[in-house]
Amino acid sequence: MSDTQSPTAAIQTLADEFAFFDDWTDRYQYIIDMGKQLPEFPSDKLDDAHKFHGCQSQVWFDYAWHDGRIHLQGTSDAAIVKGLIALLFRVYDHRTPQEILDTSPDFLDELDLKAHLSANRATGLMGMIQKIRALAENANTRGST
Amino acid sequence: MSSLKLDVAAIRKQFPALDQTVNGKPLVYLDNAATTQKPKCVIEAVSAFYRHDNANIHRGVHTLSARATDQYEAARERVRLTLNASATEEIVFVRGTTEAINLVASSFGQLLKAGDEIIISALEHHANIVPWHLLKQRIGITLNIIPVTPEGELNLDALPALITDRTRLIAVNHVSNALGTINPVAQIAAIAKAHGVPILIDGAQGLPHGPVDVQAIDCDFYTLSGHKTFAPSGIGVLYARRPWLDDLPPYQGGGDMIETVSFDTVRYAPPPAKFEAGTPNIEGAIGLNAALQWHAALDWPAIKGHEAALLAHATTALEEINGLRIIGRAKNKVPVLSFIIEGAHPHDIGMLLDAQGIAVRTGQHCAMPVLQLLGAPLGTVRASFAFYNTLDEVDALVCAVHRAQHMLS
Repeated sequence: MSDTQSPTAAIQTLADEFAFFDDWTDRYQYIIDMGKQLPEFPSDKLDDAHKFHGCQSQVWFDYAWHDGRIHLQGTSDAAIVKGLIALLFRVYDHRTPQEILDTSPDFLDELDLKAHLSANRATGLMGMIQKIRALAENANTRGST
Repeated sequence: MSSLKLDVAAIRKQFPALDQTVNGKPLVYLDNAATTQKPKCVIEAVSAFYRHDNANIHRGVHTLSARATDQYEAARERVRLTLNASATEEIVFVRGTTEAINLVASSFGQLLKAGDEIIISALEHHANIVPWHLLKQRIGITLNIIPVTPEGELNLDALPALITDRTRLIAVNHVSNALGTINPVAQIAAIAKAHGVPILIDGAQGLPHGPVDVQAIDCDFYTLSGHKTFAPSGIGVLYARRPWLDDLPPYQGGGDMIETVSFDTVRYAPPPAKFEAGTPNIEGAIGLNAALQWHAALDWPAIKGHEAALLAHATTALEEINGLRIIGRAKNKVPVLSFIIEGAHPHDIGMLLDAQGIAVRTGQHCAMPVLQLLGAPLGTVRASFAFYNTLDEVDALVCAVHRAQHMLS
C-alpha cells in the first residue's frame, strides 16, 4: 500500500484508521496487529550491530537502497513497539530520500501518538526514525542511492 | 487511636491528583514506589510559602527572611522528631536519597584508602550501588555484596563472612524498591556494630510504609526522599550521627556552609550547615514538614492492616493469572508486586495498563542486578501500592492485566 500512496496519503489513511477507535486500548490492539503483519526480521541480524538500544525495549533495524528507494526491515522484542515500527514503515518504506526528508516525524503528534510515545523515549524507536532521516540525507548529499 | 478499619475514602479525598480520569478511565495510581501523590496540606503549605513568606534563609535581616528561616528550621525539627534522632544537628537537608548517599560516598570516601572495603547488598537501587562504584574507580576500594535468595530476601548468614578488618561501611536499603522486601535493618545494624563497622540505611522506601526510629535501628546514616513520602520532589534527608558530621569533610562548597572565608583559609560552619552549601530547597523542606506532620497523625496500625490486605489480595489474584510470576516473595514485604508474564514484554503490559487508566512502572526499576539474578532480564511490571489505594483498585489491576495478556497473545 505504501508503494501506491504518497507519504502524506499514508499518514491520512493512518489518521482515518486511528479515528475509528474510541479508546487507546483498541488503538493499541490495532497497532499490535499491525506489528504481526511485519515481515519477519532475519534472525542473523538480531545482533548489536543492528540494534537501537532502549532502556526498556529493543529495536533492530536494517535497510537497503533499490532503484533510488529505501527498503526497510525492523522488529522489536515488544509487541507495541513492533507495531509502531510497522506504522512508521507505512510512511517511510519504499520512499525516495527526498520523500523521507519531506515527511517530518511530527505526523506522530497528529496521530495523537506523541503523548504515548513520549512516555517511551526509552524505546529505540526514535533512534530508528533519526537513522532513517540521516540515511536519506546522506543519500541526497551523495546524489546516488 | 487505632480503629479496626482504615477510612480510605477520607484519605483519598486529601489527594486531589487521585481524582481524575486517564485515557477515559478512572486513574488507578500504582506507581507509588516511584513517587507518591501529595495531600492538600502539602500543596497548601508550599503554596502558602510562596504567597506569604518567600525569602532566602539564614542571611536576611528582614521579616520575611526570618519567617522563611523559622519554617525551614522547623522542618528540620520535624524530621528529627519523625526519625527520633537525638539532635536536630543530625538532620542534613539534601535533594533526596541519591544525593544523601552521594554525600556520604564523597565525604566518607575521603577517609578511605585503596583496599578498604564496603559491603552493599544484591537488592540495592542503583543509588546505593553507583556512588560506591565511583569510589571503587577513584580510590580502589573493594565492594562486597550480601547475596539475595530466590525469594528476594537478603541471605544474612553470608554477612559475617563478608566483614573483614578492612570493612569500613555497610550500606543496605530498608525496603527494596524493586521487590518490596523489608530488610531486617536493626538486625543488620547489630551485626555491623558487633564488628565495629558503621552502617548506612537507604530509607527511601521505608517511611512511606510506617514510622522509622533511627535510634531503635541503631544506624549511623539513614536517608529519605521526600517525594516518596507524600512531600515535594527535590527535598530529602541525610540523618547522620553527630560524631560523623563533625568528622566528615564538607560535600560541596559555597554559601551558608562557612563561618569565615579568605583566599587563604576557610572556616566551615558546624553541622548541619557545613553540608548544606548554597540556597536549599526551602519550599521543599516546608512541604516535607507538612507531609511528616500529616504522616505522624495517621492511624498506622490500621494502615499496616490495610496494606497487608492490599498485598495479600493482589498476590492471590495476580497469581491466578496463567503464566504470571511474581518476582520477590519475601515473607516480610510492603505492598509492592513486581511480576513478569510469560510471552509478554513488561513494556507492552505497562502501556496497555496505562491505556486502561492504570499507572505502573515497567523495566529495571534502577535495580538491574537483582532482577538479573532473579530471572527477569527484561525487567518487570511493578505495581506499588500506597495506603490510599483500595481493594477495588487491585481488582481493576488484575482485570486490566488479564485484558493486556489477552491482547498480546
